[in-house]
Amino acid sequence: MYRDSRLHGEFFMQGDIACAEGAVAAGCRFFGGYPITPASEIAERMAMRLPLLDGVFIQYEDEIASMAGILGASWAGVKSMTATSGPGISLMNENIGLGMMMETPCVVVNVQRGSPSTGLPTSWGQSDMMQARWGSHGDYGSISLCPNSPQEFFDLTITAFNFSEKYRLPVFLMADALVGHMTEKVIIPPVEELNIINRRYTNKKTNEYLPYEYGEDLIPDFAKAGDGYRYHTTGLTHDKRGYPDMSFECQNECVPRLVNKIKTHIDDISLIEERDIEGADVIVVSYGISSRTALPAIEMAKKKGIKVGYLRLITVWPFPEEKIRELAKNVAGFVVPELNLGQVALEVERCACKNAMTKCVPHPGGGIHKFEDIVQVIEEVAHGKSK
Amino acid sequence: MRYWDKPFGKEKPKTICGEIYIIPDRCKGCSFCIEYCPRDVLELSEDFNKKGYHPPVVAKPDRCTFCGLCEMICPDFAIFVTEKEE
Amino acid sequence: MANQNNAEIIQEKLHPMEDILRMDRMPHIWCSGCGLGSAVTTFAEGLNKAGISYDKTAIVSGIGCTGRVAGYLRLDSYHTTHGRAIPFATGLKLANRDLTVVVFSGDGDLFAIGGNHLIHAARRNVDINVICVNNFIYGMTGGQNAPTTPLGAYSSTAPFGNYEMPFNLVGVAAASGAAYVARWTTMHARRLTDSIAEAAKKKGFCFIEIVSPCATVFARKNRGGTGLDLLKEFGSRSVIDHKADPTKIPLEMNNDIVCGVFVNDDKPTFWENVQAGIKSQVEKYSNWEELQSNSKKTHYKKIHKYTASRDS
Repeated sequence: MYRDSRLHGEFFMQGDIACAEGAVAAGCRFFGGYPITPASEIAERMAMRLPLLDGVFIQYEDEIASMAGILGASWAGVKSMTATSGPGISLMNENIGLGMMMETPCVVVNVQRGSPSTGLPTSWGQSDMMQARWGSHGDYGSISLCPNSPQEFFDLTITAFNFSEKYRLPVFLMADALVGHMTEKVIIPPVEELNIINRRYTNKKTNEYLPYEYGEDLIPDFAKAGDGYRYHTTGLTHDKRGYPDMSFECQNECVPRLVNKIKTHIDDISLIEERDIEGADVIVVSYGISSRTALPAIEMAKKKGIKVGYLRLITVWPFPEEKIRELAKNVAGFVVPELNLGQVALEVERCACKNAMTKCVPHPGGGIHKFEDIVQVIEEVAHGKSK
Repeated sequence: MRYWDKPFGKEKPKTICGEIYIIPDRCKGCSFCIEYCPRDVLELSEDFNKKGYHPPVVAKPDRCTFCGLCEMICPDFAIFVTEKEE
Repeated sequence: MANQNNAEIIQEKLHPMEDILRMDRMPHIWCSGCGLGSAVTTFAEGLNKAGISYDKTAIVSGIGCTGRVAGYLRLDSYHTTHGRAIPFATGLKLANRDLTVVVFSGDGDLFAIGGNHLIHAARRNVDINVICVNNFIYGMTGGQNAPTTPLGAYSSTAPFGNYEMPFNLVGVAAASGAAYVARWTTMHARRLTDSIAEAAKKKGFCFIEIVSPCATVFARKNRGGTGLDLLKEFGSRSVIDHKADPTKIPLEMNNDIVCGVFVNDDKPTFWENVQAGIKSQVEKYSNWEELQSNSKKTHYKKIHKYTASRDS
């Protein structure tokens, strides 16, 4: 059928649609989802696109099934994705933990809305950031990317797939309802110009392959179902053969690696945008949609004579601790505007420690910051006032 | 009058017989094989295996007809039967 | 003939199932008198009989005693979270339609926490085979009440006797639209093998309930016998009736266990329906841009052709 239907050109496109197009461009051919405002459009677009590309779209009966389904599809060798919002991630957390433990590449899009609980379905927020890091029980490494425009939503979907394939884990794409429903110019290059990474398949023979044997990069080689490897993989703590083992040694071998494989590659994963950092007194650390409200606020503060720098976290998790620690030595303080009551601000504060002050500009969600509020906090930090 | 006094071809009807192999250390002494053998070939032995269970022992090997039920019903993969070569 | 002294002969001859079992994990953790090992044997025989290649079979299980089956079978095996084996298997099957995907899990895993997933997978008629081993209790965690525990039976969370009506598993599967529904006990080894072979070759959602004795928990709390006594009781209570209505044959403490193949329909599977739908739409339009612009929502408008410079 229409196997070559690539979308490319310059478009005036909604954020959710850009995400779906990014997934298709990255090679995603399985989408399992459940409708939830504001992420339903991603599912609808995938329902339209995937069947004609020999892919699979299935609307599961709930988010828990969606997450289990995309893990299954990934083990069959197909790139898979699901899209949901805060309440859906809460449901998916157990299976996200399964994906982390089994080291399954897939992408989970969280188009954040007003939280907690049912919250504000048709409005936005950024209050699921900590959940993306610590949502499922146990220790594991986590990658979360935050787009701030439909163009970036497209680009970061491809990046999310690349990270998930390279590091073998579910990657979170933490958009919000504003970016998801905003319509802006999106430029989609032809597929040949995109950088797509695929998972590393094993080249060992079937009787030598161990599913969780790893090398220096701490990432095991992949083998998909049906290739004759006949491996076993489980959510229980397992050894290199994939067999469950209830001993401390096995837990020590299995679990710290899940954290370390992200920690050791933080330079590759951590994407940051910075402007005017050199010589700044105050740095505004933001991500997602609140970075766009931070920019005019910074201009207003600059007119008042304060030297303000702009640091946008494109990768929020793993948190760029070294960067913040280093910057903290030279600045008076950090200002963190975010559409929640202080989540990433806690991380900034932890890293800035005693060297610099950290002030959050909280907002419970449902709207955007007033520029004056951000400017006021910038002024407070610049003049060394603490609460 | 002439009567056929022998069946065609064979002197005696050929019966299939099975050779039973037991792996005693895998057995957990559940006695399913003993109970469900239709020919009462097996019985519980007096000895113990490594784990302290009484594995079965072949009491009447000539009665085995290679039905394979012991092999199918054993939960521990501890008994199997092959066709006895004549 | 063999007895304990024939250790040398045993070394030369291997159990015929050794290539499908993970021999480095034997002996398994199931109790003496548990029917799970028999279920696994009949399953392997059934696959053999159906002629299905072991390389192209994937087995998915949940949590529980039956959930450990995936760990002992040398196939591509996945031991997933409690109750979520069926959506995982659906994803696996739809992503690679050449695989034969089998879900092997217990009554609590598939009908309590996973109940919703089972009825939807049956409704969709996804081409997977679900084998549910019913031991009437939650065995692995120590004998709690299950959705199949008969009324009046004792379990660790029902010390005064179970006060809930149990599910009739074959009834639920048949009512949800499964294409093949059967119930057997572990005693019916040969019929079970045939049934599994039939289900493995059949297209559509195939559900087989295997009634199995739980020696350590259910038998001890309720019948006071060994696994063998419970299996003998199941055997004496079982009746084979292929024409029975699956929704009318519940399993209680003392009634007949009606076994047989109750539903064996040919229905289009989920994937066949998807393909039929696509075909009907594709035939109307000559290219996908036309198809898209005729769909009700496009959500975007193309303004220019792509230019290499992204800053313009």
